[in-house]
Amino acid sequence: MIELKNIEKSFGKYQVLKDISLNIEPGKITAIVGPNGSGKTTIIKSILGLVKPDKGEILINNKSVIKEHLYRKDIGYMPQVASFPDNLTVTEVFNMISDLRKQSVNGNANLINILQLESEMNKKIKTLSGGNKQKVSACIALMFDPKIIILDEPTAGLDPVASANLKKKIIEQRDAGKTIILTSHIMTEIEELSDNILFLIEGKIVFDGTLKNLVELSGQAKLENAIAAMMDKDFKWN
Amino acid sequence: MELIFKIIKFEFSNALRSKWILFYFSFFLILSFLMFNFEDETGKAVLSLMNIVLIVIPLVSIIFGTMYVYNSNDYIQMVLCQPLDRKSLYFGLYLGNAIPLALSFVVGILAGFIFTGANTEGIAPILILTINGFALTLIFTSIAFLTAIKFSDKAKGLGASILIWLMLAVIYDGLILFVTYFFRDYPIENIILGISLINPIDLARIFFILDFNISALMGYTGALFNKFFGTSLGVLVSSGLLILWFVIPFLFGLRSFNKKDF
Repeated sequence: MIELKNIEKSFGKYQVLKDISLNIEPGKITAIVGPNGSGKTTIIKSILGLVKPDKGEILINNKSVIKEHLYRKDIGYMPQVASFPDNLTVTEVFNMISDLRKQSVNGNANLINILQLESEMNKKIKTLSGGNKQKVSACIALMFDPKIIILDEPTAGLDPVASANLKKKIIEQRDAGKTIILTSHIMTEIEELSDNILFLIEGKIVFDGTLKNLVELSGQAKLENAIAAMMDKDFKWN
Repeated sequence: MELIFKIIKFEFSNALRSKWILFYFSFFLILSFLMFNFEDETGKAVLSLMNIVLIVIPLVSIIFGTMYVYNSNDYIQMVLCQPLDRKSLYFGLYLGNAIPLALSFVVGILAGFIFTGANTEGIAPILILTINGFALTLIFTSIAFLTAIKFSDKAKGLGASILIWLMLAVIYDGLILFVTYFFRDYPIENIILGISLINPIDLARIFFILDFNISALMGYTGALFNKFFGTSLGVLVSSGLLILWFVIPFLFGLRSFNKKDF
């Protein structure tokens, strides 16, 4: 469904993505993991068209999406740091995006409810806490019932209840056949949520497979240890 | 087109609630009220206003525009994640920023003028003043957008914007003076004329003065301009160049915006 072919991207002298080719399996949760600065967010942003790759192709449903924009109606995205026009209220932001997308909101009431946003709806964005902004962002990613959901560190900054509810929601979405891409530094979360893992180090994919394969390959019992072992420079990839 | 209007609509509702716009509007309202109240002749009041407009509008437009792009960075990212093309977003952001600024100025000045009822020379001078201020807002907002998109670093971008303003509004006049003085023994009129064409603030001044037809206030470049082109052709050339000063930075800004990584 989502395919990247030989993607390369540099910011100045620094090459962030080195010949990345990958396939994201439809209907599954794929986690992109790797150390800070390994290119996780750049991959996500390339898929969204926020970052323009220097080389390569990105295909969604076998269509090249570079220079396109309409394909984004099928994507819901929650960025690492959420930001909206400061002077608008949460309701106004929701209406604005709904208006821009020309899509009506699906199951919004339910989302607002499970993320405990009811009391925030008429507050201006600038008065919201960081966590509440993240919740608004999560709502936006999910509320148009998109076929592809991309979440960049979705639970960072959320309180435990909201975090648990969001994770439940993510699994629900997967079970409903959605394709989900997420990044996270919380290993338990990745263990809990993901079906497939993409492991990036310095802009290269060093592992692309199921969670089970990764753990087996590392010879460790836990994902956390497996990832730590693989980040080690001396780790021998077979 | 529909998307551009949607973005403008949102930007408008955002701008109208911003205290800066209210402050900017009040500034021109009070200024215009005071000028027309204390000055018996409309012409003189308009001239004093023009001198302030030539400094204040470029400065506010360029700083406001630059800050606006940087402050909207996350918002731009959010909108770009929606099925929306970058061109529509750029147009929407630009107009959503430039129009409230330009309107605050126009409405402020006109309201002050109407309140005082000072009208000894008809509406023409005040109209030319508002057209000029409007044009300067559009021009300096488009320069601001280009600068802010070219520099990813906020401090550098803002610095560059202030420098551009300083060059065009202050240093430039000194430069012309220096060139005229230094090369006073040579026939450099055409060169000076050429230099004056590359400054939108000078062009706006020339445009205003040619329309107003006060040769005593034309200054050196204004008089040269008048001599070279004559009044009507001068107005045409200066307004044409002002349009170029808006279009060229705007198109370069749009091009950079299309290629930019967010």
